[in-house]
Amino acid sequence: MTTNKTSLAVAALRNGTVIDHIPADQLFKCVKILGVENLSNQLTIGNNLMSHKLGAKGIIKIADITFPEKVLNRVALVAPTAVVNIIRDYHVVEKRPVVLPQTVVGIVRCSNPKCITNNEPMATRFEVVDAESRTIRCHYCNHATTGAKADII
Amino acid sequence: MNQHSLVSISDLSKEKMLRLLEQARYFEEHPNHKILDGKVVGTLFFEPSTRTRLSFETAVNRLGGRIIGFADANTTSSSKGETLKDTIKMVSNYVDLIIMRHYLEGAARYAAEVTDIPVINAGDGANQHPSQTMLDLYSIYKTQGTLQGLTITLVGDLKYGRTVHSLIMAMKYFSPTFRFVACDELQMPKEYLKYCDEQGIDYSIHTDFSAEVINTSDIIYMTRVQRERFTDLAEYERVKDLYTLHNAMLDNSRDNLRILHPLPRVNEISPDVDDNPKAYYFNQARNGLYMRQALICDALQIAPDA
Ligand SMILES: [Zn+2]
Repeated sequence: MTTNKTSLAVAALRNGTVIDHIPADQLFKCVKILGVENLSNQLTIGNNLMSHKLGAKGIIKIADITFPEKVLNRVALVAPTAVVNIIRDYHVVEKRPVVLPQTVVGIVRCSNPKCITNNEPMATRFEVVDAESRTIRCHYCNHATTGAKADII
Repeated sequence: MNQHSLVSISDLSKEKMLRLLEQARYFEEHPNHKILDGKVVGTLFFEPSTRTRLSFETAVNRLGGRIIGFADANTTSSSKGETLKDTIKMVSNYVDLIIMRHYLEGAARYAAEVTDIPVINAGDGANQHPSQTMLDLYSIYKTQGTLQGLTITLVGDLKYGRTVHSLIMAMKYFSPTFRFVACDELQMPKEYLKYCDEQGIDYSIHTDFSAEVINTSDIIYMTRVQRERFTDLAEYERVKDLYTLHNAMLDNSRDNLRILHPLPRVNEISPDVDDNPKAYYFNQARNGLYMRQALICDALQIAPDA
């Protein structure tokens, strides 16, 4: 057996969703994006765990929940390396990477203070213009930013 | 959302641009064609811009339409905290078309999304001002007889000048060669250079407003160099006169050369250029009227020769 402590911790969840391989400096943005702080479900957040790929990684485990794929994919904006594990009866029944969507609605605040979205009660909307660098452009004012720098609402 | 709204120059296809140029030409020949009889147009200027407002309102009047609206935000309910959405929804009950100027960027896109009547963007902050770009295009087309394969020199503030950015985007269909003439601090931003590379647009970058550049241009598009754009005022003092056009500089220029400027100018074009037949900036402003007539009719889906 080569199972390390992290994967044991993942397996210890009976039913739920695990988001693994989050870059440590983006973990709390992912927490915000998923809105898990408002849930009453059992929640485990680990950060600065050892990772061969990332150096230090973060992990989010939420019991007894499945998110729509669309919601999980939002994480790709800040954590393109993240991997989703769906757990049922202590088993990983599904494992998949997150995929950056074409449009990002209601998650990122526009960095342009003169943008209409910062001055009107409305949802922000960004289009992904370059998936590689995760460059997103405001649908309204055309200001561009990158996922890593994105200010999460 | 009404599909005939005009928010950004990038909303227009090449075919539509060419059609609008033909329609502007029609209105130049028939400026008082009363085809907006019974139509009411709202001119909502949340930021004052007398020049643009007069041009649009003249266009509506000459077409026989009626106008309601306001010339600055202090006279509206937005000064009482009403949202843009609510103002647009309210006005949409009364008018057939909204022409809107706003100090916030992206305001026009949002306004177009919350109403079913067409919206024409008359400028939203530093973002877009498509009617200005279309009148520039019409001026170039009219004076050169074509838009294809022209050498266009952009001079002055290329960093903050939204008119020159939009002009590049509009010209992408017509194989232009651009010259960017500016001091280092106000040169064309990287993202637009990248845009040119991606679109296969030929360009070169110059800090000298040299005879060689002037004498090989079909269009010279001058812009204002504003003091407040500089972080280093000594730099402003050093460059402010380097990008001023004087009449003597045009001695060996091409016969077809025309000088454009979005106006108002300060001192980047010397008054001695005004009487040169190559000075076109006052005519350019008049072309704005015909182009705006074309844009209004297009937004309302009324054929000019109806
Ligand atoms: Zn924005």
